Amino acid sequence: MTAGSARLAPYLLTGPALLVCLCLLLAPLGATVLLSFYDWGQYKGIVEEFTLKNWVEVVSDSYFLEVFLRTLRIALAVTVLSMLLGIPEAYILNRMSPPWRGIFLLIVIGPLLISVVARTLGWALLLGSTGILNQGLISLGLLKTPVEFMFSETGVIIALTHVLVPFMILSVWASLQRLDPQVENAAISLGATPSAVLRRVVLPQVVPGILSGAVIVFALAASAFATPAIIGGRRLKVAATLAYDEFLNTLNWPLGAVVATLLLIALVVAVVTSNRMIERRYAQVFE
Amino acid sequence: MPFLVLEGLTKRYGDQLAVESMDLTVEKGEFVSLLGPSGCGKTTTLQMIAGFVDPTAGGIILEGRDLLAVRPSKRGLGIVFQSYALFPHITAAENVAFGLEMRGIAKAERDRQVDEALALVGLSALADRYPRRMSGGQQQRVALARALVIKPSMLLLDEPLSNLDAKLREEMQIELRTIQRTVGTTTILVTHDQSEAMALSDRVVVMNKGRVEQIARPEEAYSRPASPFVASFLGKTNVFSGEVVEGPDGAVFDLSGTRFKLSARVPAGPALARVRPERVTIAAASAVGIRAKVRTRVFQGAHWLFQLDTPAGVAVVLAPNDGASMPREGEDVTLSWKPADMSVSAGAAA
Amino acid sequence: MSRNGPLALAFHALFVSFILAPILIVCAVAFTPEGFLSLPTRGLSLRWFRAILDYPEFIRAFRDSVWLAALSSTVAIGLAVPAALGIVRYRFPGREAMTALFMSPLMVPHVVLGIAFLRFFSQIGLSGTFLGLVLSHVIVILPFALRLVLAASYGMDQRIEHAAVSLGANAATVFRRVTLPLILPGVVSGWMLAFINSFDEVTMTVFIASPSTTTLPVRMFLYIQDNIDPLVTSVSACLIAMTGVVMILLDRLYGLDRLFLGGGKA
Repeated sequence: MTAGSARLAPYLLTGPALLVCLCLLLAPLGATVLLSFYDWGQYKGIVEEFTLKNWVEVVSDSYFLEVFLRTLRIALAVTVLSMLLGIPEAYILNRMSPPWRGIFLLIVIGPLLISVVARTLGWALLLGSTGILNQGLISLGLLKTPVEFMFSETGVIIALTHVLVPFMILSVWASLQRLDPQVENAAISLGATPSAVLRRVVLPQVVPGILSGAVIVFALAASAFATPAIIGGRRLKVAATLAYDEFLNTLNWPLGAVVATLLLIALVVAVVTSNRMIERRYAQVFE
Repeated sequence: MPFLVLEGLTKRYGDQLAVESMDLTVEKGEFVSLLGPSGCGKTTTLQMIAGFVDPTAGGIILEGRDLLAVRPSKRGLGIVFQSYALFPHITAAENVAFGLEMRGIAKAERDRQVDEALALVGLSALADRYPRRMSGGQQQRVALARALVIKPSMLLLDEPLSNLDAKLREEMQIELRTIQRTVGTTTILVTHDQSEAMALSDRVVVMNKGRVEQIARPEEAYSRPASPFVASFLGKTNVFSGEVVEGPDGAVFDLSGTRFKLSARVPAGPALARVRPERVTIAAASAVGIRAKVRTRVFQGAHWLFQLDTPAGVAVVLAPNDGASMPREGEDVTLSWKPADMSVSAGAAA
Repeated sequence: MSRNGPLALAFHALFVSFILAPILIVCAVAFTPEGFLSLPTRGLSLRWFRAILDYPEFIRAFRDSVWLAALSSTVAIGLAVPAALGIVRYRFPGREAMTALFMSPLMVPHVVLGIAFLRFFSQIGLSGTFLGLVLSHVIVILPFALRLVLAASYGMDQRIEHAAVSLGANAATVFRRVTLPLILPGVVSGWMLAFINSFDEVTMTVFIASPSTTTLPVRMFLYIQDNIDPLVTSVSACLIAMTGVVMILLDRLYGLDRLFLGGGKA
């Protein structure tokens, strides 16, 4: 292999993928950002003139603010719930012995491969006023009349947690896999009680995994579409369904583009900064 | 009263016998090595003493009290694991302080003891460094400091030097022995490296397939191995097949015509003789002894290593480099040794 | 490894029920003999599975989904394999940035991608076309394919290739006879993971699909918007069954946790 062709080789190999990404990823995204600055009218359609009116509308209209706030609330609630459920479960899975561990890992992570529509449909069935959840709670005496979980924020949070908690488990699981079991034994030999081992040795090492899992869950929850659309219904909008509305119902594409751009910027900033922070804080401790 | 007593200590996994009825007495301040090939049961024994594995049968008495009745976190033993098992998320000093924290020692006193321990292992400068940023040798020393600072009744070392490169290992061996002598803690070392065991220990426990083959001081085990396994495991050994016959002055060992007086009683018949390579003398072809022809010779600095063909098999000889001229490849020579340097046992070659 | 106590196991049991509940209920309702949403308490019936045959749009959507997924995955793998080899083999300026770019679709919300493609395609005349769908799917599944092929490429000892070259093989032969067979498990798993992700994709596709080119998840989504009846549960049950098979296959071939975590770099 001559030096000349060796220098060219990597570019030839990565070229096709690079071309595809540039044309099909950066270009469309750029076009969308551009679109947010265009004018629109019900009869004139999209007019390619620069204007800030869409941006002004989104940041000043209380309707949009309410939707963004709701999206944020839901995303935070889902993230916290996923942590509360996912972290212990990942730890429990880690301590299981081989045949069970593999089986339950499959059961817990497998649903990620099932279409979100099918999973959310199940929640729609469970959460309805005649749904199983209500029937169960009523028969247990915890409720007197069925609570409307469907078309409520609570319902969306429950269903979204179900959809996203596998990501949290995966992230924590990855951290747990990297632990040296002898370190736990070392702590025991130095006199640590089981709870001290958990608190002082295991948990601190798992924190980076927890944090990156939380970032993933938050990002996916904030931009979720199908689940809020099905469970939340037409009246309970989140950022993603709001954008859908503008694009496919109202047809005010520039306005929708503003929502999309905001979502993109917010998420990219959130993910990149938290990853940077996690890396900086833990880089000297872990690989 | 002996410091540590292992009585009939046994561990069985299903129908596999990992450790078979081990009896061992260790005195206070002694440095004892459990030595053997992988799978011989040495690590299992250590883990039973540490409390991470429950014995199938037998007892462990430490300073007169039953150790098996005590939980691992309360046994007060200092353990250095093979992978060091340092807490990666805290600094070296915090690692060393951990055991003291678990014992509820106040911060000021804790810091003082940690400084002392780190100074003992020569790592005071690295107190605030994280394990990831330390070399293997440095991590090993932190692990040692961490185990010693809690003033354990006993120090357990599980192949602590096996992850280090040869030169570092030699340095650490010397340091380990020095520290142990200074602090005086009773120590049990597990290793598969026979030179390491012989260099560091007051006594070695040679194990094979779960059974104890010999417990003795290193020099004793080396020159008077109790079994063929010990003889071949500790250092290099020559094995010659010959015959024990009745001579005019008593039984002798006949090796292809050359006869050696026997010091111990061995039944007549086929027999094997074991001689250390450094105890074999090479002389000119005209001398009395076993005929041999030099096959290869290798210069090793302080000595020469010879491989020779003899009628009784291939011989390995270590001759000191004292400046005298050495036989060449292909030359005919004579081999001899003192009968006392040879151990003979009945049996035929494998 | 210490065992899990009874408290832990109770939590685990509750959690697993939480995870399985919606899936099980969809499958249960799919077998109902009634004409409305209900649990099959009176007995099991296949009427709603047979009913699928009366809805050719679901069958067509299924077929389109399969074609779309197969095509996109193949294209994605075709881009990923050379890219992975280039990234693993050579140190060149921009290597890190390029890898980040290839993986970036993971960071972009699908909603935003859907909008972006909707606008972009309408500008270049690809709205509502099958080709448009393929291109958009290739972008979102590329990171999955790439991650697995990368892991396989890192894991492959390059010295084996050097041995082949020293014995006289040219580049094409080395690739065909040495490299490809060795990274094949990663390539196949990458293809399958990409396939599943394309098949399941709904958020982005809902923006760019047209009535004539609709995927199964989108068709189901639109149907559910109007009403929920056992028909969509029986379709979902079929989907779940199919996914279950693929899932077990992938786990056997590769290991599910490794799959999602990318197998780790060398």
